[in-house]
Amino acid sequence: MRLAEAWRVAVTALRANRLRSLLTMLGVVIGVAAVVVLVAIGTGAKSEVEEQVNGLGANLVIVVPGRLDFGSAPTKSRLELGDADRLGRATGQEVAVSLASGETVRFGGREAFATVNGTNAAVSRVFVRPVARGEYLRQTDVDTRRRVAVIGPELVSSLFDGADPLGRTISVGGVRFRVIGVFEPVGSSTFGGSRDAEVHIPVTAAQRLFGDMRIDAMALKAPTTDSIEEVSDEALAVLADRYPDEEFSAVTQDQILGTVGRILGLLTSVLAAIAAISLLVGGVGVSNIMLVSVRERTREIGLRKAVGARQRDVTLQFLLEAVLLTTIGGVLGIALGVGGSLGLSALVDQLPAQITWWSPALAFTVSAAVGIFFGVVPARRAGRLDPVVALRTE
Amino acid sequence: MTAPALEAVDVTRSYVLEGVTVEALRGVTLTVERGDYAAVVGPSGSGKSTLMHLLGGLDRPTSGVLRVGGRDIASLSEDELAQVRNATIGFVFQAFQLLGRTSAIDNVAMPLVYRGIRRSERRRRAVEALTRVGMAHRLDHRPSQLSGGEQQRVAIARALVGDPQVLLADEPTGNLDTRTGEEVMALLEGLNAEQGVAVVLVTHDLEVAARARRQIRVRDGLLESA
Repeated sequence: MRLAEAWRVAVTALRANRLRSLLTMLGVVIGVAAVVVLVAIGTGAKSEVEEQVNGLGANLVIVVPGRLDFGSAPTKSRLELGDADRLGRATGQEVAVSLASGETVRFGGREAFATVNGTNAAVSRVFVRPVARGEYLRQTDVDTRRRVAVIGPELVSSLFDGADPLGRTISVGGVRFRVIGVFEPVGSSTFGGSRDAEVHIPVTAAQRLFGDMRIDAMALKAPTTDSIEEVSDEALAVLADRYPDEEFSAVTQDQILGTVGRILGLLTSVLAAIAAISLLVGGVGVSNIMLVSVRERTREIGLRKAVGARQRDVTLQFLLEAVLLTTIGGVLGIALGVGGSLGLSALVDQLPAQITWWSPALAFTVSAAVGIFFGVVPARRAGRLDPVVALRTE
Repeated sequence: MTAPALEAVDVTRSYVLEGVTVEALRGVTLTVERGDYAAVVGPSGSGKSTLMHLLGGLDRPTSGVLRVGGRDIASLSEDELAQVRNATIGFVFQAFQLLGRTSAIDNVAMPLVYRGIRRSERRRRAVEALTRVGMAHRLDHRPSQLSGGEQQRVAIARALVGDPQVLLADEPTGNLDTRTGEEVMALLEGLNAEQGVAVVLVTHDLEVAARARRQIRVRDGLLESA
């Protein structure tokens, strides 16, 4: 029998039982939609993280004390400001420093909790951290331990109600600082903690404020992608020389992305696998309905065989019917999944969804395969029916 | 004329039902020539249905030789046998066996699907066959929209569409009233006389059987006279 004819017969049969066909498809529809949505959310989260990490700047090398392994306890830093100068001399690059702590920031009667980051002027050149108004810290601010601050836009709205904060004095941990700049918004972070609610003050002022003469970490910017490794090796060599008993790590953006990507990738596959189970359950439903359909149409099968249908003609007819059920279900599921992903990410801010070309393609292929797999048993049963027995069936 | 349309030589057919062997046919020899018009008669349980299935190539004999369209079916695979049925036999059933939700024209064209004939050609031949049975005005009607007599005419058109050598009709008037049954019989006889299609009727209606050129009486799995 020609494929076109088998196709026509299958479509007619599905139309004859519209509601039943739709309900049978539903299992596949839900399974496919779930896979598409979960993969879209996983992919979206991953690309948002990539965007954020890459948005920090290019070719960054971040130097932190201790060994950076999962499971190892954080190491108390012994780094000090002088180490930044040594690193700068050895590598020929500018070195940004950081000493951060959570503090309460007040203005007038209002207060907000912010991450206060003691930094130096190099931060504005190592990282991408544009200032919308005013200016960033200068080296003289650091050298003279001046009490000036650059604040994030969220603080402008929470403390100043949107009014111009430049030149105003805020209280950071009980010490007065003059606002000299406002950052451009960079968006909320998936890591938690908004970068738009940060306060940057000179690292020397921070050391006095926190009563701590160390620094937490340093960051350098390699001149090219190829020199990242060289710069990090040089930096580590300087530190190994100065602190022979300590370990330090140089982390690159690629390493962060690799780790985060692996975790998110794993999470996405686990979720997709769970969703795929519902696709399997849908397939069982298809198999079940096809068995019912074969039984109902036993006389039709007998007649077709009597007038010359071969076993494979009948098998093909029923197999196509099953595949048609699951592929229509697959297409509906993809539509629902794509629509659902876009709708979800439009409604929920923290849920970035990104449709990849391969997840609908894979979902469609899998649903067709489910149709073949779960259609084979009923279809072969139909093909093997004895025409004499089949025709006699009531 | 070449080989007979149907030929059975000392054919037996036994079934095993729940461990008991039942001999439905115990050695039947008969020939249906092309253009023949025969009625197979006998009480229920005599084996006439079994004989019908064998002659139609729907079943295989336990022993003996059965030739359908000149071919010994013992050597044929299931699929080859299906093709022999398609080419040689036209079936007419008591219960019509039309596909619901399917127009008369598509019902009639159905056997040609398994001959690999194009759709347009199938429909052309189906119209031709429906015209021959006087149903040209009911092409797009579905079985539920047709009377019993009309349904049986569509079924006869379906049996004719492949130009078979033999029409095998199993109680063709069994579900029809006397007058409609009479019309269907007249149609079958006309086809036999004018187009030379052999007609083999299976019936327990002696009045119907008497119209055939010859009667084949089956009793207890044997022929009484041929």
